[in-house]
Amino acid sequence: MNLGDLCNLVEGTAVCGTGRLGDSVEYAFASDLMSDVLTIKSTDFILITGLANIQSLRTLEMSDASYMLLCRGKEVTPEMLELAEENDILIITSPYSLFRCAGILFSAGLKPLY
Amino acid sequence: MNLEYKVEGGDFTSAGLASSQIKKILKQLNVDPAVIKRVVIALYEAEVNIVAHAYRGVIKAQIDGGGINLTLEDEGPGIPDVEMAMTPGFSTASKAVREMGFGAGMGLPNISENADDFKIDTIVGQGTTLRIGIKFR
Ligand SMILES: Nc1ncnc2c1ncn2[C@@H]1O[C@H](COP(=O)(O)OP(=O)(O)OP(=O)(O)O)[C@@H](O)[C@H]1O
Ligand SMILES: [Mg+2]
Repeated sequence: MNLGDLCNLVEGTAVCGTGRLGDSVEYAFASDLMSDVLTIKSTDFILITGLANIQSLRTLEMSDASYMLLCRGKEVTPEMLELAEENDILIITSPYSLFRCAGILFSAGLKPLY
Repeated sequence: MNLEYKVEGGDFTSAGLASSQIKKILKQLNVDPAVIKRVVIALYEAEVNIVAHAYRGVIKAQIDGGGINLTLEDEGPGIPDVEMAMTPGFSTASKAVREMGFGAGMGLPNISENADDFKIDTIVGQGTTLRIGIKFR
């Protein structure tokens, strides 16, 4: 799925890493528990989460993953922005809940990892 | 190459800094990205465990052409039952730690999964030492 299309589907706003809006991603994983995310072997996924802190970005950094969808209108802190920019990570924020985002994107063809 | 980093218990802002720096170094050394991912995931889980469960600790990394050896030594409560701690899903993480995104009880099993060699030495009331070895090829 094209990240720009994904952003539109969840009424999202791309807050950084906007150069990646033309990229495509095939899989998604939704979790607020980072050790669960860290079990993923692949790097081609978008993290759908409500965890708005620096560790969600550290988790993407360690995973070599580049996309985050932050739900429920959570605010991106300056520390998060800094780390996202350093690692060229796209962050999209959505006013929708995690459940609603996941539902919309699953229906639109984004694949689950498990 | 020998590297050393200090880790403070409870400091979730800095958690992951050592792992991030070691990741950059391994990249510069042109280590296979798939191997780097295994190294930094194991290291990051272990680093966060010091922050989440111990008082303070030191990370030592020894890198040569063949691989990396990591030692994470902490002063902390220790682990009373290592076998239970290694069980996926077992966690004693506090509410504060869970709010930071940890406490799934997946960290130690995930370290074991990613490491070629993994050893835990722990003394209750004193602290825990993890040894993680990963070969580059
Ligand atoms: N360095 C440590 N000092 C003391 N206890 C520890 C340490 N590391 C792990 N433990 C104990 O082992 C348990 C399991 O650790 P593990 O890393 O698997 O899960 P977690 O840290 O609770 O959650 P997660 O890693 O999934 O975020 C912890 O909840 C804690 O009780
Ligand atoms: Mg842990």
